[in-house]
Amino acid sequence: MRALTWQGKHDVRVETMPDPQIVNPRDAIIEVTSTAICGSDLHLYDAVIPGLKAGDILGHEFMGRVVETGPGSTLKPGQRVVVPFTISCGACFFCRAGQFAACDNSNPVETQEASELLFGHPVSGFFGYSHLTGGYPGGQAEYVRVPFSDVGPLVIPEGPTDEEVLFLSDILPTGWMAAENAQIAPGDNVAVWGCGPVGLFAVQSALLMGAGQVIAIDHHPRRLELARSLGAKTVDYRQSHVLEALMEMTGGIGPDAVIDAVGMESHGFSPDNLMDAAKQKIGIGADRAHVLRLALTAVRKGGRVSIPGVYGGLADKFPLGTLMEKGLQIRTGQTHVQAYTKQLLHRILEGEIDTTFLISHRLPLEQAATGYRNFRDNQNDWTKVVLKPGRSGADLLP
Amino acid sequence: MRQHDPAHPQAMGQGEAEQDHDSAPGRTARTLDFGGYQVVGRTVTIAADPALIHDHFRDPARLNAILGSHLRVEPGAGDHLVWVLATSSREIRVETAPVHDRPGEMRAWRSVEGAELDVEIKVQLREAPAGRGTEVEAHVAYRPKWGLAGHLAARLRGIDPKAQGRQALKRLKMLLETGEIATARNRRAG
Repeated sequence: MRALTWQGKHDVRVETMPDPQIVNPRDAIIEVTSTAICGSDLHLYDAVIPGLKAGDILGHEFMGRVVETGPGSTLKPGQRVVVPFTISCGACFFCRAGQFAACDNSNPVETQEASELLFGHPVSGFFGYSHLTGGYPGGQAEYVRVPFSDVGPLVIPEGPTDEEVLFLSDILPTGWMAAENAQIAPGDNVAVWGCGPVGLFAVQSALLMGAGQVIAIDHHPRRLELARSLGAKTVDYRQSHVLEALMEMTGGIGPDAVIDAVGMESHGFSPDNLMDAAKQKIGIGADRAHVLRLALTAVRKGGRVSIPGVYGGLADKFPLGTLMEKGLQIRTGQTHVQAYTKQLLHRILEGEIDTTFLISHRLPLEQAATGYRNFRDNQNDWTKVVLKPGRSGADLLP
Repeated sequence: MRQHDPAHPQAMGQGEAEQDHDSAPGRTARTLDFGGYQVVGRTVTIAADPALIHDHFRDPARLNAILGSHLRVEPGAGDHLVWVLATSSREIRVETAPVHDRPGEMRAWRSVEGAELDVEIKVQLREAPAGRGTEVEAHVAYRPKWGLAGHLAARLRGIDPKAQGRQALKRLKMLLETGEIATARNRRAG
Protein backbone atom coordinates (compact mmCIF):
# COMPACT_ATOMS: atom_id res chain seq x y z
CA MET A 1 0.00 0.00 0.00
CA ARG A 2 0.99 3.66 -0.27
CA ALA A 3 1.54 5.50 3.00
CA LEU A 4 2.98 8.77 4.29
CA THR A 5 6.12 8.06 6.30
CA TRP A 6 8.16 10.22 8.65
CA GLN A 7 11.86 10.19 7.76
CA GLY A 8 13.19 13.00 9.94
CA LYS A 9 12.66 16.66 10.73
CA HIS A 10 10.67 18.30 7.90
CA ASP A 11 11.06 15.15 5.81
CA VAL A 12 7.92 13.12 5.12
CA ARG A 13 7.47 10.92 2.05
CA VAL A 14 4.80 8.73 0.51
CA GLU A 15 6.25 5.26 0.13
CA THR A 16 5.12 1.73 -0.62
CA MET A 17 4.70 -0.22 2.61
CA PRO A 18 3.39 -3.74 3.34
CA ASP A 19 -0.41 -3.98 3.60
CA PRO A 20 -1.57 -4.42 7.20
CA GLN A 21 -3.08 -7.71 8.38
CA ILE A 22 -5.38 -8.80 11.18
CA VAL A 23 -2.97 -9.50 14.05
CA ASN A 24 -5.19 -9.65 17.14
CA PRO A 25 -8.76 -10.98 17.41
CA ARG A 26 -10.43 -7.59 17.92
CA ASP A 27 -8.66 -5.96 14.94
CA ALA A 28 -10.24 -4.63 11.78
CA ILE A 29 -8.60 -3.45 8.57
CA ILE A 30 -9.93 -0.14 7.23
CA GLU A 31 -9.53 1.12 3.67
CA VAL A 32 -8.98 4.83 4.20
CA THR A 33 -11.20 7.16 2.17
CA SER A 34 -10.30 10.45 3.91
CA THR A 35 -7.55 11.44 6.31
CA ALA A 36 -6.42 14.82 7.59
CA ILE A 37 -3.19 16.45 8.69
CA CYS A 38 -3.51 17.53 12.32
CA GLY A 39 -1.78 20.40 14.08
CA SER A 40 -0.13 17.83 16.33
CA ASP A 41 1.28 16.13 13.21
CA LEU A 42 3.24 19.35 12.80
CA HIS A 43 4.85 18.76 16.20
CA LEU A 44 6.12 15.48 14.72
CA TYR A 45 7.10 17.20 11.47
CA ASP A 46 9.07 19.74 13.51
CA ALA A 47 10.56 16.88 15.56
CA VAL A 48 9.67 18.45 18.90
CA ILE A 49 7.80 15.36 20.09
CA PRO A 50 10.27 12.59 21.00
CA GLY A 51 10.02 8.95 20.01
CA LEU A 52 9.59 8.90 16.22
CA LYS A 53 11.50 6.44 14.07
CA ALA A 54 12.35 6.80 10.39
CA GLY A 55 9.74 4.95 8.36
CA ASP A 56 6.86 5.43 10.81
CA ILE A 57 3.48 5.88 9.12
CA LEU A 58 1.83 9.08 10.36
CA GLY A 59 -1.81 10.09 10.63
CA HIS A 60 -4.38 9.89 13.39
CA GLU A 61 -7.41 11.57 11.79
CA PHE A 62 -8.94 9.13 9.34
CA MET A 63 -12.05 7.29 8.23
CA GLY A 64 -12.89 4.67 5.67
CA ARG A 65 -14.57 1.39 4.83
CA VAL A 66 -14.14 -1.84 6.78
CA VAL A 67 -12.53 -4.46 4.54
CA GLU A 68 -11.61 -7.22 7.00
CA THR A 69 -12.40 -8.08 10.61
CA GLY A 70 -10.96 -10.35 13.27
CA PRO A 71 -13.21 -12.80 15.14
CA GLY A 72 -13.58 -10.38 18.08
CA SER A 73 -14.56 -7.33 16.04
CA THR A 74 -18.16 -6.14 15.98
CA LEU A 75 -17.72 -4.36 12.65
CA LYS A 76 -18.84 -5.74 9.30
CA PRO A 77 -17.06 -5.45 5.96
CA GLY A 78 -18.45 -2.57 3.94
CA GLN A 79 -19.38 -0.38 6.93
CA ARG A 80 -18.21 3.21 6.80
CA VAL A 81 -16.45 4.23 10.02
CA VAL A 82 -14.67 7.17 11.64
CA VAL A 83 -11.78 5.99 13.81
CA PRO A 84 -10.80 7.84 17.03
CA PHE A 85 -7.12 8.66 17.31
CA THR A 86 -7.07 7.17 20.80
CA ILE A 87 -6.74 3.39 20.86
CA SER A 88 -8.75 2.15 23.83
CA CYS A 89 -9.59 -1.32 25.10
CA GLY A 90 -12.97 -0.43 26.63
CA ALA A 91 -12.38 -2.81 29.55
CA CYS A 92 -9.75 -1.33 31.87
CA PHE A 93 -10.48 0.87 34.88
CA PHE A 94 -9.94 4.06 32.87
CA CYS A 95 -12.01 3.08 29.83
CA ARG A 96 -14.87 2.00 32.10
CA ALA A 97 -14.68 5.45 33.70
CA GLY A 98 -14.94 7.08 30.26
CA GLN A 99 -11.29 8.17 30.35
CA PHE A 100 -10.47 6.46 27.06
CA ALA A 101 -7.27 8.42 26.44
CA ALA A 102 -5.87 6.94 29.65
CA CYS A 103 -6.41 3.32 28.55
CA ASP A 104 -4.09 0.97 30.41
CA ASN A 105 -4.03 -1.78 27.82
CA SER A 106 -3.55 -0.26 24.37
CA ASN A 107 0.08 0.84 24.55
CA PRO A 108 2.25 -2.27 24.01
CA VAL A 109 4.30 -3.30 27.03
CA GLU A 110 7.61 -2.52 25.37
CA THR A 111 6.63 1.09 24.56
CA GLN A 112 4.73 1.65 27.81
CA GLU A 113 8.00 1.50 29.67
CA ALA A 114 9.40 4.75 28.24
CA SER A 115 6.26 6.77 28.95
CA GLU A 116 6.05 5.33 32.45
CA LEU A 117 9.60 6.46 33.08
CA LEU A 118 8.86 9.91 31.66
CA PHE A 119 5.41 10.61 33.07
CA GLY A 120 5.13 8.28 36.07
CA HIS A 121 2.39 6.23 34.42
CA PRO A 122 2.13 4.69 30.97
CA VAL A 123 0.06 6.61 28.43
CA SER A 124 -2.35 4.91 26.05
CA GLY A 125 -1.82 4.02 22.41
CA PHE A 126 -2.46 6.48 19.56
CA PHE A 127 -2.38 6.00 15.81
CA GLY A 128 0.51 7.42 13.84
CA TYR A 129 2.26 9.17 16.66
CA SER A 130 5.29 8.80 18.92
CA HIS A 131 6.55 5.41 20.08
CA LEU A 132 5.82 6.72 23.57
CA THR A 133 2.21 6.13 22.56
CA GLY A 134 2.81 2.76 20.99
CA GLY A 135 4.24 3.58 17.59
CA TYR A 136 1.08 2.30 15.88
CA PRO A 137 1.10 2.78 12.09
CA GLY A 138 -1.21 5.66 11.26
CA GLY A 139 -4.00 6.53 8.89
CA GLN A 140 -2.31 8.67 6.24
CA ALA A 141 -2.21 5.49 4.21
CA GLU A 142 -4.42 3.38 1.98
CA TYR A 143 -5.09 0.85 4.74
CA VAL A 144 -4.87 0.81 8.53
CA ARG A 145 -4.97 -1.95 11.11
CA VAL A 146 -7.39 -0.80 13.83
CA PRO A 147 -7.01 -2.59 17.18
CA PHE A 148 -10.00 -2.88 19.56
CA SER A 149 -12.28 -2.18 16.61
CA ASP A 150 -15.31 -3.12 18.72
CA VAL A 151 -14.69 -0.05 20.93
CA GLY A 152 -13.34 2.85 18.88
CA PRO A 153 -14.71 3.10 15.35
CA LEU A 154 -18.01 4.93 14.94
CA VAL A 155 -20.27 3.53 12.22
CA ILE A 156 -21.55 6.36 10.01
CA PRO A 157 -25.05 6.09 8.55
CA GLU A 158 -25.72 6.76 4.88
CA GLY A 159 -26.09 10.45 4.20
CA PRO A 160 -23.28 12.66 5.48
CA THR A 161 -20.17 13.10 3.37
CA ASP A 162 -16.73 12.14 4.64
CA GLU A 163 -15.88 15.77 5.22
CA GLU A 164 -18.94 16.32 7.41
CA VAL A 165 -17.88 13.59 9.86
CA LEU A 166 -14.10 13.09 9.44
CA PHE A 167 -13.21 15.44 12.28
CA LEU A 168 -15.03 13.25 14.80
CA SER A 169 -11.72 11.33 14.79
CA ASP A 170 -9.94 14.01 16.82
CA ILE A 171 -10.27 17.76 16.47
CA LEU A 172 -14.03 18.16 16.96
CA PRO A 173 -14.11 16.09 20.18
CA THR A 174 -10.89 17.82 21.22
CA GLY A 175 -12.41 21.28 20.78
CA TRP A 176 -15.56 20.11 22.53
CA MET A 177 -13.67 18.61 25.49
CA ALA A 178 -11.59 21.80 25.71
CA ALA A 179 -14.78 23.81 26.17
CA GLU A 180 -16.18 21.23 28.58
CA ASN A 181 -12.96 21.42 30.61
CA ALA A 182 -13.44 25.20 30.77
CA GLN A 183 -16.68 24.48 32.72
CA ILE A 184 -18.56 27.19 30.87
CA ALA A 185 -21.61 28.70 32.56
CA PRO A 186 -24.22 30.65 30.57
CA GLY A 187 -23.02 34.17 29.86
CA ASP A 188 -19.35 33.46 30.59
CA ASN A 189 -16.52 35.35 28.96
CA VAL A 190 -14.15 32.83 27.38
CA ALA A 191 -10.77 33.52 25.75
CA VAL A 192 -9.31 31.03 23.28
CA TRP A 193 -5.67 31.22 22.20
CA GLY A 194 -5.00 29.76 18.76
CA CYS A 195 -7.45 29.75 15.84
CA GLY A 196 -6.20 26.49 14.42
CA PRO A 197 -8.70 23.68 13.98
CA VAL A 198 -8.95 22.80 17.69
CA GLY A 199 -9.18 26.46 18.72
CA LEU A 200 -11.94 27.11 16.20
CA PHE A 201 -13.90 24.05 17.33
CA ALA A 202 -13.39 25.18 20.94
CA VAL A 203 -14.88 28.56 19.95
CA GLN A 204 -17.84 26.82 18.32
CA SER A 205 -18.33 24.48 21.29
CA ALA A 206 -18.06 27.25 23.90
CA LEU A 207 -20.79 29.22 22.12
CA LEU A 208 -22.99 26.11 21.92
CA MET A 209 -22.46 25.63 25.65
CA GLY A 210 -23.84 29.10 26.33
CA ALA A 211 -20.80 31.37 26.59
CA GLY A 212 -21.85 35.00 26.40
CA GLN A 213 -18.70 36.15 24.67
CA VAL A 214 -15.85 34.18 23.16
CA ILE A 215 -12.67 36.06 22.31
CA ALA A 216 -10.32 34.29 19.89
CA ILE A 217 -6.64 35.27 19.76
CA ASP A 218 -4.29 34.65 16.81
CA HIS A 219 -2.40 36.64 14.19
CA HIS A 220 -3.46 35.00 10.91
CA PRO A 221 -6.19 37.15 9.31
CA ARG A 222 -7.89 34.20 7.61
CA ARG A 223 -8.06 32.19 10.81
CA LEU A 224 -9.37 35.20 12.77
CA GLU A 225 -11.98 35.68 10.07
CA LEU A 226 -13.11 32.06 10.52
CA ALA A 227 -13.42 32.66 14.27
CA ARG A 228 -15.55 35.74 13.63
CA SER A 229 -17.73 33.74 11.24
CA LEU A 230 -18.49 31.38 14.12
CA GLY A 231 -19.58 34.29 16.33
CA ALA A 232 -16.38 35.06 18.22
CA LYS A 233 -14.79 38.43 18.81
CA THR A 234 -11.11 38.47 17.93
CA VAL A 235 -7.82 39.90 19.12
CA ASP A 236 -4.83 39.97 16.78
CA TYR A 237 -1.82 39.85 19.08
CA ARG A 238 0.26 41.71 16.52
CA GLN A 239 -2.20 44.61 16.59
CA SER A 240 -3.24 44.74 20.26
CA HIS A 241 -1.90 44.13 23.76
CA VAL A 242 -3.68 40.90 24.58
CA LEU A 243 -3.82 41.17 28.38
CA GLU A 244 -5.05 44.75 28.31
CA ALA A 245 -7.56 43.99 25.56
CA LEU A 246 -8.98 41.02 27.44
CA MET A 247 -9.41 43.07 30.63
CA GLU A 248 -11.13 45.87 28.73
CA MET A 249 -13.39 43.47 26.82
CA THR A 250 -14.52 41.77 30.04
CA GLY A 251 -15.40 44.81 32.13
CA GLY A 252 -12.09 44.77 33.99
CA ILE A 253 -12.77 41.32 35.46
CA GLY A 254 -10.86 39.08 33.06
CA PRO A 255 -12.16 36.02 31.20
CA ASP A 256 -14.01 33.48 33.36
CA ALA A 257 -12.31 30.71 31.44
CA VAL A 258 -9.32 30.51 29.12
CA ILE A 259 -8.42 27.83 26.59
CA ASP A 260 -4.84 27.26 25.38
CA ALA A 261 -5.29 25.70 21.94
CA VAL A 262 -1.70 26.48 20.96
CA GLY A 263 0.45 24.12 22.99
CA MET A 264 4.16 23.55 22.86
CA GLU A 265 5.08 25.68 19.83
CA SER A 266 4.04 29.21 20.80
CA HIS A 267 4.94 31.94 18.32
CA GLY A 268 6.12 35.45 19.03
CA PHE A 269 9.15 37.41 20.12
CA SER A 270 8.49 37.82 23.82
CA PRO A 271 11.61 37.21 25.94
CA ASP A 272 10.24 34.03 27.53
CA ASN A 273 9.35 32.57 24.15
CA LEU A 274 12.77 33.35 22.72
CA MET A 275 14.40 31.54 25.64
CA ASP A 276 12.02 28.58 25.26
CA ALA A 277 12.70 28.44 21.52
CA ALA A 278 16.46 28.36 22.13
CA LYS A 279 16.08 25.55 24.65
CA GLN A 280 13.79 23.61 22.32
CA LYS A 281 16.31 24.03 19.55
CA ILE A 282 19.16 22.51 21.53
CA GLY A 283 17.00 19.86 23.09
CA ILE A 284 16.60 21.00 26.69
CA GLY A 285 13.13 21.95 27.81
CA ALA A 286 10.76 20.68 25.18
CA ASP A 287 7.87 23.09 25.54
CA ARG A 288 7.41 26.71 24.45
CA ALA A 289 4.73 27.63 26.96
CA HIS A 290 4.32 31.37 26.35
CA VAL A 291 0.59 31.14 25.65
CA LEU A 292 -0.05 29.12 28.78
CA ARG A 293 1.78 31.70 30.91
CA LEU A 294 -0.25 34.44 29.28
CA ALA A 295 -3.55 32.59 29.74
CA LEU A 296 -2.86 32.08 33.45
CA THR A 297 -2.18 35.78 33.80
CA ALA A 298 -5.27 36.79 31.84
CA VAL A 299 -7.89 34.59 33.45
CA ARG A 300 -9.94 36.13 36.25
CA LYS A 301 -9.40 35.25 39.88
CA GLY A 302 -10.97 31.86 40.60
CA GLY A 303 -11.20 31.20 36.87
CA ARG A 304 -10.78 28.03 34.87
CA VAL A 305 -7.92 27.09 32.56
CA SER A 306 -8.38 24.44 29.88
CA ILE A 307 -5.37 23.10 27.98
CA PRO A 308 -6.13 21.09 24.85
CA GLY A 309 -2.81 22.23 23.30
CA VAL A 310 -0.22 19.48 23.26
CA TYR A 311 2.72 19.65 25.67
CA GLY A 312 5.33 16.94 25.65
CA GLY A 313 7.92 17.50 28.29
CA LEU A 314 9.12 20.22 30.62
CA ALA A 315 8.37 23.92 30.85
CA ASP A 316 10.14 26.38 33.07
CA LYS A 317 9.21 29.86 34.29
CA PHE A 318 5.79 28.40 34.96
CA PRO A 319 3.75 30.96 36.96
CA LEU A 320 2.82 28.77 39.90
CA GLY A 321 2.34 31.83 42.07
CA THR A 322 -0.31 33.12 39.68
CA LEU A 323 -2.06 29.78 39.76
CA MET A 324 -2.11 29.66 43.55
CA GLU A 325 -2.69 33.29 44.45
CA LYS A 326 -5.57 33.64 41.99
CA GLY A 327 -7.09 30.30 42.98
CA LEU A 328 -7.22 28.90 39.47
CA GLN A 329 -8.34 25.48 38.28
CA ILE A 330 -6.62 23.67 35.42
CA ARG A 331 -8.05 20.84 33.35
CA THR A 332 -6.21 19.23 30.48
CA GLY A 333 -5.48 15.93 28.80
CA GLN A 334 -5.56 14.01 25.58
CA THR A 335 -9.12 13.72 24.34
CA HIS A 336 -11.35 10.87 25.47
CA VAL A 337 -12.64 10.70 21.91
CA GLN A 338 -14.87 7.66 22.31
CA ALA A 339 -16.79 9.47 25.07
CA TYR A 340 -17.92 12.21 22.65
CA THR A 341 -18.29 10.72 19.16
CA LYS A 342 -21.94 9.62 19.38
CA GLN A 343 -23.31 12.88 20.79
CA LEU A 344 -21.27 14.97 18.36
CA LEU A 345 -22.36 12.85 15.38
CA HIS A 346 -25.93 13.47 16.52
CA ARG A 347 -25.30 17.24 16.59
CA ILE A 348 -23.79 17.07 13.09
CA LEU A 349 -26.76 15.09 11.75
CA GLU A 350 -29.15 17.57 13.40
CA GLY A 351 -27.34 20.46 11.72
CA GLU A 352 -26.14 22.03 14.99
CA ILE A 353 -22.46 21.65 14.09
CA ASP A 354 -20.77 22.10 10.74
CA THR A 355 -17.09 21.30 10.45
CA THR A 356 -16.54 21.66 6.72
CA PHE A 357 -15.88 25.43 6.92
CA LEU A 358 -12.42 24.58 8.15
CA ILE A 359 -11.18 22.67 5.10
CA SER A 360 -9.00 24.79 2.84
CA HIS A 361 -7.29 22.14 0.75
CA ARG A 362 -7.95 18.62 -0.54
CA LEU A 363 -5.00 16.66 -1.88
CA PRO A 364 -4.33 13.14 -3.07
CA LEU A 365 -2.28 11.16 -0.57
CA GLU A 366 0.62 11.25 -3.01
CA GLN A 367 0.89 15.01 -2.40
CA ALA A 368 0.87 14.71 1.39
CA ALA A 369 4.37 16.18 1.74
CA THR A 370 3.16 19.36 0.02
CA GLY A 371 0.27 19.45 2.45
CA TYR A 372 2.58 19.22 5.46
CA ARG A 373 4.89 21.91 4.18
CA ASN A 374 2.13 24.41 3.44
CA PHE A 375 0.09 23.63 6.55
CA ARG A 376 3.18 24.53 8.53
CA ASP A 377 4.53 27.46 6.49
CA ASN A 378 1.35 29.13 5.27
CA GLN A 379 -0.99 28.83 8.21
CA ASN A 380 -3.07 31.77 7.13
CA ASP A 381 -4.34 30.11 3.97
CA TRP A 382 -3.86 26.41 4.71
CA THR A 383 -6.32 26.00 7.59
CA LYS A 384 -6.97 22.29 7.16
CA VAL A 385 -5.72 19.69 4.69
CA VAL A 386 -7.71 16.58 3.84
CA LEU A 387 -5.84 13.80 2.05
CA LYS A 388 -7.57 11.34 -0.25
CA PRO A 389 -5.80 7.99 -0.72
CA GLY A 390 -6.36 6.43 -4.11
CA ARG A 391 -7.40 9.71 -5.75
CA SER A 392 -5.44 11.42 -8.49
CA GLY A 393 -5.93 15.06 -7.71
CA ALA A 394 -7.85 16.16 -10.78
CA ASP A 395 -11.01 14.70 -9.26
CA LEU A 396 -10.53 16.68 -6.03
CA LEU A 397 -11.15 20.11 -7.47
CA PRO A 398 -14.10 21.74 -5.71
CA MET B 1 10.17 -4.46 63.74
CA ARG B 2 8.00 -4.76 60.65
CA GLN B 3 5.57 -7.65 60.89
CA HIS B 4 4.60 -9.96 58.05
CA ASP B 5 1.48 -8.19 56.90
CA PRO B 6 -0.05 -10.11 53.97
CA ALA B 7 -0.94 -6.77 52.39
CA HIS B 8 2.71 -5.75 52.44
CA PRO B 9 4.78 -8.89 52.01
CA GLN B 10 8.41 -8.38 52.72
CA ALA B 11 11.49 -10.00 51.34
CA MET B 12 10.31 -13.40 52.49
CA GLY B 13 11.81 -12.56 55.87
CA GLN B 14 15.15 -11.65 54.38
CA GLY B 15 17.21 -8.73 55.53
CA GLU B 16 14.68 -6.81 57.55
CA ALA B 17 16.36 -4.12 59.60
CA GLU B 18 15.70 -3.92 63.31
CA GLN B 19 14.04 -0.52 63.36
CA ASP B 20 10.65 1.15 63.17
CA HIS B 21 9.20 1.06 59.69
CA ASP B 22 6.66 3.00 57.74
CA SER B 23 3.79 1.26 55.93
CA ALA B 24 5.54 0.98 52.58
CA PRO B 25 6.35 -2.45 51.15
CA GLY B 26 9.82 -3.57 52.20
CA ARG B 27 11.11 -3.71 48.64
CA THR B 28 10.62 0.06 48.32
CA ALA B 29 13.08 0.68 51.15
CA ARG B 30 15.99 3.00 50.47
CA THR B 31 18.53 0.26 50.87
CA LEU B 32 20.48 -2.01 48.61
CA ASP B 33 21.01 -4.52 51.37
CA PHE B 34 18.33 -7.10 51.96
CA GLY B 35 20.71 -9.53 53.60
CA GLY B 36 22.50 -10.27 50.35
CA TYR B 37 19.25 -10.52 48.40
CA GLN B 38 17.81 -8.19 45.83
CA VAL B 39 14.11 -7.74 46.43
CA VAL B 40 11.89 -6.45 43.66
CA GLY B 41 8.21 -6.50 42.88
CA ARG B 42 5.24 -4.83 41.32
CA THR B 43 1.50 -4.63 41.88
CA VAL B 44 -1.14 -4.26 39.19
CA THR B 45 -4.91 -4.19 39.50
CA ILE B 46 -6.69 -6.49 37.09
CA ALA B 47 -10.43 -6.44 36.48
CA ALA B 48 -10.71 -10.21 36.77
CA ASP B 49 -11.62 -12.88 39.27
CA PRO B 50 -8.75 -14.04 41.54
CA ALA B 51 -9.38 -17.71 40.73
CA LEU B 52 -8.90 -16.98 37.03
CA ILE B 53 -5.68 -15.11 37.73
CA HIS B 54 -4.39 -17.87 40.00
CA ASP B 55 -5.00 -20.47 37.29
CA HIS B 56 -2.73 -18.50 35.02
CA PHE B 57 0.20 -19.10 37.35
CA ARG B 58 -0.43 -22.86 37.53
CA ASP B 59 -0.20 -23.54 33.82
CA PRO B 60 3.27 -23.22 32.20
CA ALA B 61 1.78 -22.63 28.74
CA ARG B 62 -0.39 -19.76 29.98
CA LEU B 63 2.48 -18.41 32.04
CA ASN B 64 4.71 -18.39 28.96
CA ALA B 65 2.14 -16.29 27.12
CA ILE B 66 2.92 -13.35 29.42
CA LEU B 67 6.65 -13.77 30.05
CA GLY B 68 8.08 -12.08 26.97
CA SER B 69 11.04 -13.01 24.82
CA HIS B 70 13.79 -13.19 27.48
CA LEU B 71 12.06 -15.49 29.94
CA ARG B 72 10.12 -18.76 29.72
CA VAL B 73 9.17 -21.64 31.97
CA GLU B 74 9.35 -25.37 31.39
CA PRO B 75 7.81 -28.18 33.43
CA GLY B 76 10.41 -29.79 35.69
CA ALA B 77 10.43 -33.05 37.61
CA GLY B 78 7.16 -33.64 39.50
CA ASP B 79 5.59 -30.33 40.39
CA HIS B 80 8.82 -28.41 39.78
CA LEU B 81 9.02 -25.50 37.36
CA VAL B 82 12.19 -24.48 35.50
CA TRP B 83 12.61 -20.75 34.76
CA VAL B 84 14.81 -20.08 31.76
CA LEU B 85 16.29 -16.59 31.37
CA ALA B 86 17.95 -15.88 28.02
CA THR B 87 20.87 -13.49 28.33
CA SER B 88 22.85 -12.24 25.35
CA SER B 89 25.39 -15.03 25.75
CA ARG B 90 23.59 -18.00 27.27
CA GLU B 91 20.52 -19.35 29.06
CA ILE B 92 20.28 -19.36 32.84
CA ARG B 93 18.08 -22.26 34.00
CA VAL B 94 16.68 -22.21 37.52
CA GLU B 95 14.68 -25.15 38.83
CA THR B 96 12.09 -24.21 41.45
CA ALA B 97 9.70 -26.10 43.68
CA PRO B 98 6.31 -24.78 44.79
CA VAL B 99 6.28 -23.50 48.37
CA HIS B 100 2.76 -22.01 48.47
CA ASP B 101 -0.30 -22.75 46.40
CA ARG B 102 -3.44 -21.25 47.90
CA PRO B 103 -6.11 -20.94 45.17
CA GLY B 104 -7.20 -17.37 44.66
CA GLU B 105 -4.63 -16.07 47.16
CA MET B 106 -1.02 -17.00 46.59
CA ARG B 107 1.38 -19.03 44.49
CA ALA B 108 5.10 -19.14 45.27
CA TRP B 109 8.18 -21.02 44.14
CA ARG B 110 11.68 -21.38 45.61
CA SER B 111 14.80 -22.51 43.84
CA VAL B 112 15.92 -26.03 44.71
CA GLU B 113 19.24 -26.73 46.35
CA GLY B 114 22.09 -26.48 43.87
CA ALA B 115 20.16 -24.27 41.44
CA GLU B 116 22.21 -21.74 39.50
CA LEU B 117 20.36 -18.86 41.14
CA ASP B 118 19.03 -18.59 44.69
CA VAL B 119 15.57 -17.15 44.14
CA GLU B 120 12.07 -17.00 45.58
CA ILE B 121 9.13 -15.91 43.44
CA LYS B 122 5.76 -15.12 44.97
CA VAL B 123 2.46 -13.98 43.47
CA GLN B 124 -0.16 -12.72 45.90
CA LEU B 125 -3.75 -11.87 45.11
CA ARG B 126 -6.14 -9.70 47.08
CA GLU B 127 -9.47 -8.06 46.39
CA ALA B 128 -9.10 -4.51 45.09
CA PRO B 129 -11.25 -1.77 46.60
CA ALA B 130 -14.38 -0.32 45.00
CA GLY B 131 -14.99 -3.25 42.68
CA ARG B 132 -11.80 -2.65 40.71
CA GLY B 133 -11.00 -6.34 40.54
CA THR B 134 -7.95 -8.05 42.01
CA GLU B 135 -4.63 -6.58 43.10
CA VAL B 136 -1.89 -8.89 41.83
CA GLU B 137 1.49 -8.52 43.46
CA ALA B 138 4.53 -10.27 42.06
CA HIS B 139 7.54 -10.38 44.32
CA VAL B 140 11.01 -11.74 43.66
CA ALA B 141 13.88 -12.10 46.14
CA TYR B 142 17.13 -13.35 44.66
CA ARG B 143 20.87 -13.43 45.18
CA PRO B 144 22.32 -12.09 41.94
CA LYS B 145 25.44 -13.74 40.59
CA TRP B 146 28.26 -11.27 41.08
CA GLY B 147 26.24 -9.50 43.77
CA LEU B 148 25.08 -5.93 43.34
CA ALA B 149 27.22 -5.48 40.22
CA GLY B 150 25.47 -8.41 38.59
CA HIS B 151 22.09 -6.97 39.52
CA LEU B 152 22.90 -3.57 38.05
CA ALA B 153 24.30 -5.14 34.87
CA ALA B 154 21.04 -7.10 34.43
CA ARG B 155 19.01 -3.93 34.99
CA LEU B 156 20.97 -2.09 32.33
CA ARG B 157 20.16 -4.87 29.86
CA GLY B 158 16.48 -4.88 30.85
CA ILE B 159 16.55 -8.55 31.84
CA ASP B 160 16.48 -8.07 35.59
CA PRO B 161 13.61 -9.65 37.54
CA LYS B 162 12.04 -6.25 38.21
CA ALA B 163 11.57 -5.46 34.51
CA GLN B 164 10.61 -9.04 33.68
CA GLY B 165 8.02 -9.15 36.47
CA ARG B 166 6.58 -5.73 35.68
CA GLN B 167 6.21 -6.52 31.99
CA ALA B 168 4.72 -9.95 32.66
CA LEU B 169 2.06 -8.46 34.92
CA LYS B 170 1.18 -5.86 32.30
CA ARG B 171 0.78 -8.58 29.67
CA LEU B 172 -1.38 -10.60 32.08
CA LYS B 173 -3.58 -7.57 32.68
CA MET B 174 -3.97 -7.01 28.93
CA LEU B 175 -4.78 -10.64 28.29
CA LEU B 176 -7.36 -10.99 31.06
CA GLU B 177 -9.03 -7.61 30.55
CA THR B 178 -9.05 -7.51 26.75
CA GLY B 179 -8.46 -11.06 25.55
CA GLU B 180 -5.29 -10.08 23.71
CA ILE B 181 -1.83 -8.59 24.21
CA ALA B 182 -1.46 -5.20 22.55
CA THR B 183 1.00 -4.91 19.70
CA ALA B 184 1.78 -2.23 17.13
CA ARG B 185 2.88 -4.85 14.62
CA ASN B 186 1.04 -4.43 11.36
CA ARG B 187 1.45 -8.00 10.19
CA ARG B 188 1.32 -11.46 11.71
CA ALA B 189 4.64 -13.11 12.56
CA GLY B 190 6.13 -15.43 9.95
